[in-house]
Amino acid sequence: MFQLLNTILIGITSGAIYSLMAIALVLVWRSTRVVNFAQAGQALLSTYIGFEVIQRFDSYWIALIVAIVAGAAVGALIDVLFMRFLFSRNTQGPIAGVAPIIATLGLLGLIRGGIGIFLGNTEASIRPPVSNVGFTISGHTLAFSPLKFLIVGAVIFLMLALSLIFQRTNIGLALRASAYAPEIARLAGVRVDGIRTLGWALAGAAGAAAGMLQTPNGDGGLSPDSLDFSLLLVFGFIAAVIGGLESLIGAVVGGLLLGLVLAFVLTYVSGSLVFIIAFMVLILVLLLRPSGLIGAKRGRRA
Amino acid sequence: MTSSFLLAVKKLSVDFGGLHALNDVYLELNAQEVVGIIGPNGAGKTTLFNVLCGLVKPSAGELILNGKSHKWPRTDQLVDFGIARTLQGVGLFADLTVLENVMVGAKKFSHSGFISAAFGWNVSDERKLQERAMLALERVYATGLAHRRADTLSYPDTKRVAIARALVSEPKILMLDEPAGGLGAEDIAWMNSLIHNLKLQCSVLLVEHHMDVVMSVCDRLYVLNFGEIISSGVAETVRRDPAVIAAYLGVSAT
Repeated sequence: MFQLLNTILIGITSGAIYSLMAIALVLVWRSTRVVNFAQAGQALLSTYIGFEVIQRFDSYWIALIVAIVAGAAVGALIDVLFMRFLFSRNTQGPIAGVAPIIATLGLLGLIRGGIGIFLGNTEASIRPPVSNVGFTISGHTLAFSPLKFLIVGAVIFLMLALSLIFQRTNIGLALRASAYAPEIARLAGVRVDGIRTLGWALAGAAGAAAGMLQTPNGDGGLSPDSLDFSLLLVFGFIAAVIGGLESLIGAVVGGLLLGLVLAFVLTYVSGSLVFIIAFMVLILVLLLRPSGLIGAKRGRRA
Repeated sequence: MTSSFLLAVKKLSVDFGGLHALNDVYLELNAQEVVGIIGPNGAGKTTLFNVLCGLVKPSAGELILNGKSHKWPRTDQLVDFGIARTLQGVGLFADLTVLENVMVGAKKFSHSGFISAAFGWNVSDERKLQERAMLALERVYATGLAHRRADTLSYPDTKRVAIARALVSEPKILMLDEPAGGLGAEDIAWMNSLIHNLKLQCSVLLVEHHMDVVMSVCDRLYVLNFGEIISSGVAETVRRDPAVIAAYLGVSAT
């Protein structure tokens, strides 16, 4: 009974972090039709920035905020410096759709390499800001600690903030309109280029939050070739696709679903199957519901 | 001489890889005037609209706005210059509500930045945009549709909403791309009277195939054929121009 409860709690916590990464990928996909593989690098860079802030100010909370802001800035810069350029140079032909996606792979290598050159020798780790010892109920230790409570709380807060922006503000309206039909949005006076950059910035912020929350939840270690961040990208991507790649709610549902499935595999089957099962879930969803669980029924303008 | 026109286009040419889509085209639009651009399919009407909207780059030509020579506008600046356009394919945002669709067009009246939007300080700003959008919907008798999703509307209703989205930016020039296209007789009559009323507030530039509509609402006409203007002037005169009859009206006049 307790094992079941703990499995669910583990699933929800890791699922919440996958959701954040999935949201980051969905935001960029919606605003520029790019699958952003560099997201893992952006999150890693932002988390390193967070680590540096902790070294100076000895406060995880300041570091979390700085990392999120830095993540937004890095995302915006990538769009302004690289993506706009790529889009304006490649407008036609088979390469046009693929080039920006391949470019994000290159950026991922560039960011990781850059971190390796400048910070590779630094022993970097982030300790949990609050206890990661599970709560106990009548002698049993729950797989839910103050840290995990913080993680789930932070993810819920960020999601509420994002959905408020999307549903209740002009900017959110412009984001949704631009994602649906950029040319029509332009005709209606929306500065679509700026809105796209904003999409990249919001995504960068979400990815940075994912990195800052995931790192102390794991072993705390940071390295340029961190496997944790690669997994974050892969699981975030799977979660986003499960959720239909278009919808923020879908990203959250996909993340939680994937987190739960993987937690059950880890507890009841075998840790070595986690990776394979993750992809099997992806394939299953794509076979049964090709547009994702929360997929769009409507046709999209080309 | 051209300074009295609200909008004028001179010697406009557009080439698509050696093909002359438009050649030496001119156009003038006065305040509170309805001007129609007609011509057979493929004559270049939509291309002309697209150049004015910054969607197609001209190879030559001059744009004069309010008497001053002007760069061809970027698409997203049009509403700032007081120009709004509807599209032939209507082009509503299917996954937004009608009200939201119209509010997208009202963006130029929004003063709140991203930070205040993110923290919810822009409630009054937001409400003003909603009010503007409702007023625009009222003008096309579509307030009852405000909270429907755009993809649940009937075709004639989407046309009304598209016009509301253009009107909400309070344009001086409204460009209508086939407003009567695909409409039944009743809706066409309604569209006719709407365009007549619009004249009180703005100028209208319209591309239209329905000759009944063109003849009843347009003060002046330009006739395009193979990318060139073959006739222009008061509607009744143009209708009798032998060149026009040969190229166009002779075939489709009813």
